[in-house]
Amino acid sequence: MKSVLRTLAATSAIIAIAGMAQAEDRIVNVYNWSDYIDESILKDFEKETGVKVVYDTFDSNEILETKLLAGGTGYDIVVPSGTFLARQIQAGVFQPLDKSKLPNLSNMWDVISARTDKYDPGGQHAINYMWGTTGIGYNVGAAKERGGEVVSWSTVFEPDQLAKYKDCGVHVLDAPEELIPAALNYLGKNPDSKDLDEIKEAEALLEKMTPNVQKFHSSEYINALANGDICLAVGWSGDIFQARDRAAEADKGVEVGYAIPKEGALMWFDMMAIPKDANNVEEAHEFINYIMRPEVIAKASNYVFYANGNAASKELLDKEVLEDPAIYPDDATLAKTYITTPYNARVQRAVTRAWTKVKTGQ
Amino acid sequence: MTGAPTPLQRIVSRATIWVPYLWLLLLFLAPFAMVAKLSLSEPAIAQPPYIPAFFFSDGLADIWAKLQQFSFANYVFITQDSLYWKAYLSSLQIAVISTFLCLLVGYPLAYGMARVPRNWRPTLLMLVVLPFWTSFLIRVYAWIGILKKEGLLNQFLLWLGVIGEPLTILNTSTAVYVGIVYSYLPFMVLPLYANLERQDPTLLEAANDLGCTRMAAFWKITVPLSFSGIVAGSLLVFIPAVGEFVIPSLLGGSDTLMIGRVLFDEFFQNRDWPVSSAVAVILLLILIVPIMLFQRSEARGREAGR
Repeated sequence: MKSVLRTLAATSAIIAIAGMAQAEDRIVNVYNWSDYIDESILKDFEKETGVKVVYDTFDSNEILETKLLAGGTGYDIVVPSGTFLARQIQAGVFQPLDKSKLPNLSNMWDVISARTDKYDPGGQHAINYMWGTTGIGYNVGAAKERGGEVVSWSTVFEPDQLAKYKDCGVHVLDAPEELIPAALNYLGKNPDSKDLDEIKEAEALLEKMTPNVQKFHSSEYINALANGDICLAVGWSGDIFQARDRAAEADKGVEVGYAIPKEGALMWFDMMAIPKDANNVEEAHEFINYIMRPEVIAKASNYVFYANGNAASKELLDKEVLEDPAIYPDDATLAKTYITTPYNARVQRAVTRAWTKVKTGQ
Repeated sequence: MTGAPTPLQRIVSRATIWVPYLWLLLLFLAPFAMVAKLSLSEPAIAQPPYIPAFFFSDGLADIWAKLQQFSFANYVFITQDSLYWKAYLSSLQIAVISTFLCLLVGYPLAYGMARVPRNWRPTLLMLVVLPFWTSFLIRVYAWIGILKKEGLLNQFLLWLGVIGEPLTILNTSTAVYVGIVYSYLPFMVLPLYANLERQDPTLLEAANDLGCTRMAAFWKITVPLSFSGIVAGSLLVFIPAVGEFVIPSLLGGSDTLMIGRVLFDEFFQNRDWPVSSAVAVILLLILIVPIMLFQRSEARGREAGR
């Protein structure tokens, strides 16, 4: 009898060890934007939970969306922007979040949730990771030589003003969903317009910009601005702050500034969601819950210079982040920001076609 | 072994003929059929983002019924917008010029390699292949560092005093040509070298004996004999260059119009897989013509060699 018990005990010990070994094998596959996290957060998460983070990055919503629509991405967490998220939810790409596994949801900021509800009603599928604006980054020294600090979209959309920057280099985001609304807004139209004639007008305005643009690209401008290779970029707020930081670190006399133009700017939201075919749903929830801890998301914001949708994290933010109106805009600026909703297939085609015309002249 | 082949030998020899066909079926025709099928479907907001025109599992009768009402709307759409044929033409133009430049650089290189003492050749051959040991992407990225305004090339030229201020090469078509010629040069050099190395040097001696100058002998004997190498090298450069996407997007400017980029936009920006498949099918048809020409010249070459 004793020997039987001993065997049982030994067996259960082996099972327990095997179980632990399995626990060590737990992984979560995260697909996030490039330059968008303090990597020590991933290490801390691994240390605390024993879940290994496989972290991969992208630099365009389109790439992410195509992978998601093809299915079988192998990712457990992805981070699309709001308009893309809305369409992907419609396509049935995501699974609903299990909110019982996300107690830290109570830390989220209602002001932001109210806006993201437009893309994901009730926050059923996603939580906000970061949000920001699409504005203008510039080389401060170069701007002073060319008529002072940048404050208005006219610097980009008035050809005679933009021409002054041509010799030192202009980059523009390769993202029609951001630039067409910016042009519409500058023309005094509804930036979220789906009217094909109005989109044509935006195209005409954007086309005048092209001769002075060196490149349409959505990530190269960070280094290019920081190195002084270019001196004007239409880009995402936090990316330009990263350029500002890298320039300051390099200390080669390059100073980078960011403007939310006085006419207003697009406010966008990057949302964490779990694909329907994710293999590690449990770990994905654990990761999302971890990210919603105030001290964790504050660390991320302090690192990437983007505002987050977590109210409880505010008091843990560095002063230079929280008090920078370009990151956490004041109410007056916030009132001028606008958000957009997804295009349907027909309008999307017109928008892409307009953008190709803008870029290639064809 | 003068008697008739045994049945087993017959089967084996037939099987060896079928291997390449099986290869063609698996790696070319099957993917092509899938893309062609996709090009007939309709886009949708779904996963995957299209409504299939039919299913291969439908059964022949069903497929036949659906075949009758196929919509070629996606192909019609492509003909209605000048963007597409302009992109095809511009891609062809870039590919033709790049191929010519590769030939211009590659021929002397291959010729030199084929004429140096025999024991040097393996080393030179390895030097041509050596760049493949580094990732293609990294090598193209390296050109950004060379060609940019503060890059190595501009610094060197400024130091020489050839130019007064830095040239803008990066993000222009020139940079695309540099990238393509650099990346595909080995594909030109290797077949040319293989061909030139095989040529019998006694032919040139005979030409000399008959009073031909070395220059004339080169144009009258070496070049015509290397024709199949020129065609092989040119196709190996031309075909991938037409569909090139990475090089123009890294080194080219926004206005470098290439069909690879149009395809990318259709696929990624518009999420219109059906139209992008139609673009791909047409691209394939455009490429098949030179491939068939090549096959014919090969066949002729084999016959002539016999």
